[in-house]
Amino acid sequence: MTLSLRGEHLMYSVRGRPLPILDDIEFTAVPGQVTALLGPNGSGKSTLLHILAGVASPTSGQVRLGDRPLQDVPRRERARHLAMMEQASDTDTDLAVADVVALGRLPHRARLDLESPRDVAACTRGLSSVGMTGTEHRRWQTLSGGERQRVHAARALAQEPSVLLLDEPTNHLDIRHQHQLLSLLNQLAGDGLTVVVVLHDLSLAAQYCDRAMVLDSGRVHAAGEIADVLTPTALRQVFGVDAQITRADGRLAVQILGVTAPQPTALPALRDSSPASHAAHR
Amino acid sequence: MTSSSSPSAERLRPIGATLVAWLLLVAGVLVSIAVGGGEIGWSETLRSLGSRVGLPVEPLSALADSVVWQLRAPRALLAAVAGAGLATSGAILQAVTRNALAEPYLLGISSGASTGAVLVMVAGLGAGAVSLAAGALVGGLVAFGLVLVLLGRHASNTGRLVLTGVVVGQLFTAMTSLVLLGWGDADAARGLTYWLTGSLAAARWPAVALCVGVTSIALVAARLIASDLDAFAFGAVASASLGVPVAAVRSVALIATAAVTAVVVSAVGAIGFVGLIVPHAVRALVGPQHRRLLPASAFGGAVFLLLADLVGRIVLAPRELPVGVITALIGVPAFLIILRRKERS
Repeated sequence: MTLSLRGEHLMYSVRGRPLPILDDIEFTAVPGQVTALLGPNGSGKSTLLHILAGVASPTSGQVRLGDRPLQDVPRRERARHLAMMEQASDTDTDLAVADVVALGRLPHRARLDLESPRDVAACTRGLSSVGMTGTEHRRWQTLSGGERQRVHAARALAQEPSVLLLDEPTNHLDIRHQHQLLSLLNQLAGDGLTVVVVLHDLSLAAQYCDRAMVLDSGRVHAAGEIADVLTPTALRQVFGVDAQITRADGRLAVQILGVTAPQPTALPALRDSSPASHAAHR
Repeated sequence: MTSSSSPSAERLRPIGATLVAWLLLVAGVLVSIAVGGGEIGWSETLRSLGSRVGLPVEPLSALADSVVWQLRAPRALLAAVAGAGLATSGAILQAVTRNALAEPYLLGISSGASTGAVLVMVAGLGAGAVSLAAGALVGGLVAFGLVLVLLGRHASNTGRLVLTGVVVGQLFTAMTSLVLLGWGDADAARGLTYWLTGSLAAARWPAVALCVGVTSIALVAARLIASDLDAFAFGAVASASLGVPVAAVRSVALIATAAVTAVVVSAVGAIGFVGLIVPHAVRALVGPQHRRLLPASAFGGAVFLLLADLVGRIVLAPRELPVGVITALIGVPAFLIILRRKERS
């Protein structure tokens, strides 16, 4: 099954914070494409991802999975359609790799069922997709950060979802595994999955994602085809970096040239009090 | 999942393990009845048992028979069921709080339950098994609620959880003393050690029946949420994304542990550390998956408390050490080992 994921007028605010964390977000991700969620720290990416995954509720607005409001989809059914890979969190657990991947089969199993051959097959496929075959018996505490990330990815794949949401999946991964994981996402999208990924690395986003949404302080700065979204202007305005963006073989490449010099208007305090910063601008 | 052994062996192994566990448990109960001073030994125990089930053996004197059936047997069964309940509660609390040091006694739940039971007794609301257990349940929930409120969002912070639990436990220990010494009669005051340390000496059938009933229900409930508890290892958000009804599972887990702790404490007082020692030892044998860990903890806890009680009766015979003293003597080093291992990782 292929399913699109849509966020309509999503607002999210918490008491005690004057500005909403998400402010009227319109979001669309479609099957067959990898959609990147980009933005600086604190721009609301992870919050948006949690809301899209149905593990947090928006203050107002709604998420649609296919043509159904996500809130109307029963919990277990939702977990069969939609898998999320969180940023790695600390845990004391000493579950074996196989047990962690098998958690992905929870929504497919009745409460007291043992694993079916189909469950086992899904777990085996998940592990082999991330290159972790043969580690089934290793204990969680013996894994490196990167290995844990890959096992979490295998667990999400074992859910056999139509929509895959990932929050900075390349953290802790070395360069080879970063590219391996993102090309896996590409390939999954090719198989008809809807993939949404929060990324910090703009070069990876440019290289592997089809579409992107850039968030800035809880608002949509830009959304659309990756080439239309990742522009030198956007990078300067949102991320505060100067960048050169080139196109080769139909794929974008981002080269960060350096930190954008502080705008006089952006830092009034500096301008007023420090003659040195004045000098730097001249 | 992908074990190297054949599928049929995979299915037989748990059956074999369950059989061994039951045999150990029955053996433990028999040893507990037959050993431990006085004129009742193996032959008397077996004769008494035999005559009860209609075998052609010479029956015991009425006095000896009542020692076996009114003192020894309920004591052994109560040890087994209390151990099973406390150990399982510890394993569940460790999963829910994501904290390896969580268990009913260290979280103050047992002390709160003691206070509740003592209040019911002193207030003259009845000293039957059910009314004591009801008081213990309220007391245990109040203590646990207080710990959770004081902790706020820091329940998985090891040091903080245990410190808060111990402090709240001290508060309720003081309140139990206050109630018993301030308002109880002389008999009640003599029961102070029993409530604070935990002892099996006063075991009677009604309490055994209540503990068996409540603990059985809790074990079934725990089995139903076993795989959800595995998911809890990675936190509430990850569990929710796997379709786990986080709030409902937490409620079932907390109600089950509070109820078990309450009936156990109302029957045997605040026995500590069983919920810490047993699940950690059992994890080394069967692994951390709750599908196996919870039943294994139940069996392990039963056998452990039977043995601890036996040691308490034998080691300074004819004097008798309360079972809570033995569990604490084993539990404190176990606590330190677990803490050190945690800090190293």
